Amino acid sequence: MIEYKDITKVYGEDVKAVDDVSFTVEDGEIVVLLGPSGCGKTTLLRMVNRLESITEGDILLDGKSTSNLNEIELRRGIGYVIQSNGLFPNMTIEQNVTIVPHLLGWDKQKKEERYQKLMKLVGLDVEDFRKRFPHELSGGQQQRIGVIRALAADPPAMLMDEPFGALDPIIREKVQDEFLAIQKELHKTILFVSHDINEAIKMGDKIALMKDGQLMQYDTPANILQNPANEFVTQFVGQDRTIKSLSIHMVNDIYSQNKLKENKKLAKQVSLNTNLRDALGAILESKEQAVTVVNGQNETVGSLDFDGINQFISELTS
Amino acid sequence: MDSKKRITWIVRIIVYLLVIAFFYWTITNEYFNYITENIDQFKVLVREHLQIVGLSSGMALLVAIPLAIFVTRPTFKRVESLVSTLVNFGYTIPNMAILALMMGFLGIGFKTAVFALFLYSILPIYRNTVAGIQSVNTSLIDAAKGMGFKPSQILFKVELPNAAYAIIAGVRTAVVINIGATALAYLIGGGGLGNWIFMGIKVFDNSILLSGAVTVTLLAVITDYLLRAVEHIVVPKGTKR
Ligand SMILES: Nc1ncnc2c1ncn2[C@@H]1O[C@H](COP(=O)(O)OP(=O)(O)OP(=O)(O)O)[C@@H](O)[C@H]1O
Ligand SMILES: [Mg+2]
Repeated sequence: MIEYKDITKVYGEDVKAVDDVSFTVEDGEIVVLLGPSGCGKTTLLRMVNRLESITEGDILLDGKSTSNLNEIELRRGIGYVIQSNGLFPNMTIEQNVTIVPHLLGWDKQKKEERYQKLMKLVGLDVEDFRKRFPHELSGGQQQRIGVIRALAADPPAMLMDEPFGALDPIIREKVQDEFLAIQKELHKTILFVSHDINEAIKMGDKIALMKDGQLMQYDTPANILQNPANEFVTQFVGQDRTIKSLSIHMVNDIYSQNKLKENKKLAKQVSLNTNLRDALGAILESKEQAVTVVNGQNETVGSLDFDGINQFISELTS
Repeated sequence: MDSKKRITWIVRIIVYLLVIAFFYWTITNEYFNYITENIDQFKVLVREHLQIVGLSSGMALLVAIPLAIFVTRPTFKRVESLVSTLVNFGYTIPNMAILALMMGFLGIGFKTAVFALFLYSILPIYRNTVAGIQSVNTSLIDAAKGMGFKPSQILFKVELPNAAYAIIAGVRTAVVINIGATALAYLIGGGGLGNWIFMGIKVFDNSILLSGAVTVTLLAVITDYLLRAVEHIVVPKGTKR
């Protein structure tokens, strides 16, 4: 758990980068720090592991004030990923991945086991990459290594500053999905900086939306989309917030309200955990303009058409 | 083959031909017989020469690298421009003038020569080490800090390995220049192969002159190759592209 308590940061004499921000990141949650450039996201993130000093207020990690902890130990206990991956060019992939365990003095066998496990986690070949150097990897591969390096000592919390920001859209989608799958297993407590609303909706359990150092709204993606707290949030979320909210709801949300149409055998089918954006895509592509909905056991539980989605969304936003 | 490569090759062949012609000329004129006839003195001069180079370069290394590390520490960043200005200024004084100046303080002899060349070797090593460390990507330092590296670990595991190429390049430049400059040590009674070079000039004897000068050149070339080998070992593989 990471608790921000009335945090203010002033650079130099009068640059107020963060202005009296308070919120809590619960265990196992991804909180996305979102906002336009210069709003203080990076500053807010870097105060957790004390790469930036705190001007006023306190940050608690699992209930303990970070200001009392040893700086070096604090940092070794928190994963840290940055946009330009920060892999060390002088070290092999293996050395990069196991650097924190190395600093912590793990023995060779434990490091090796960890290395193998982490590489498998992101689907990279254990032997093929072991002795390679960072510049011999693609951008996507480098970023995956950056992520597992941060996971190496199994820290409960992770700080990620636009970790996928430098990747092209297709690779980014893939790495995001991969990371979400990993998070489903590992349940880390994660602060994730982004300036992309779509990434925030996708990755965040909650979003902290910032403007000029102030916290505008701290809420779930659904609530940010459906109940923007003020004019700024509305604008930042954009005119197409209805479409965006499609991607955070599942077919299952309609099913659980008992609002699917009757069972029908149609050409296309979707599962309950398909998001509504993809479901809508399938509906529009289908000949019948409707799709069959199946559950995990592949049993038909109903059907869905454009009206069904439209009704669900308009009830949400009304 | 692109034109740049072709030009390099042409230049290289011309240089090789010139070198071969030069040695043909010197050997047919039996200029190097002076070495075999005075082999004992030759050995003494070479040893002196190498001693002066070794001592002055070694001391320069021991001063310049720590100094460069010191001024690139975050806490001491403010003195960096001051120290660099001073070191740069020292280098603008011609080496003849340094020799003359040193003579004023230390008198004539081996020590003066070593000290003057030591001063003269500091700059290339210092400047390259500072530049090398400063050119290490700041995101690497940030990542290292964020993962809990101690300041000494940042220096030894990140900054120095990634600056190694630049540092060695500075050392190579300094030592090779030093080998040539050591020929001047003779002028202040420092010994070394300068003895023969200046004697050759004085008595218009190509044989003595070339026996000294060619040996100095060979020493420089061989040392450069040796330092390249060191570079190959010391510079981490991943930082070479
Ligand atoms: N070291 C510093 N010294 C002075 N001002 C700084 C420093 N670092 C950041 N700032 C200022 O603090 C404010 C917040 O910066 P910060 O880097 O946290 O923004 P950000 O939200 O991460 O922006 P971006 O999306 O562009 O990365 C900006 O106005 C910035 O100019
Ligand atoms: Mg930032």
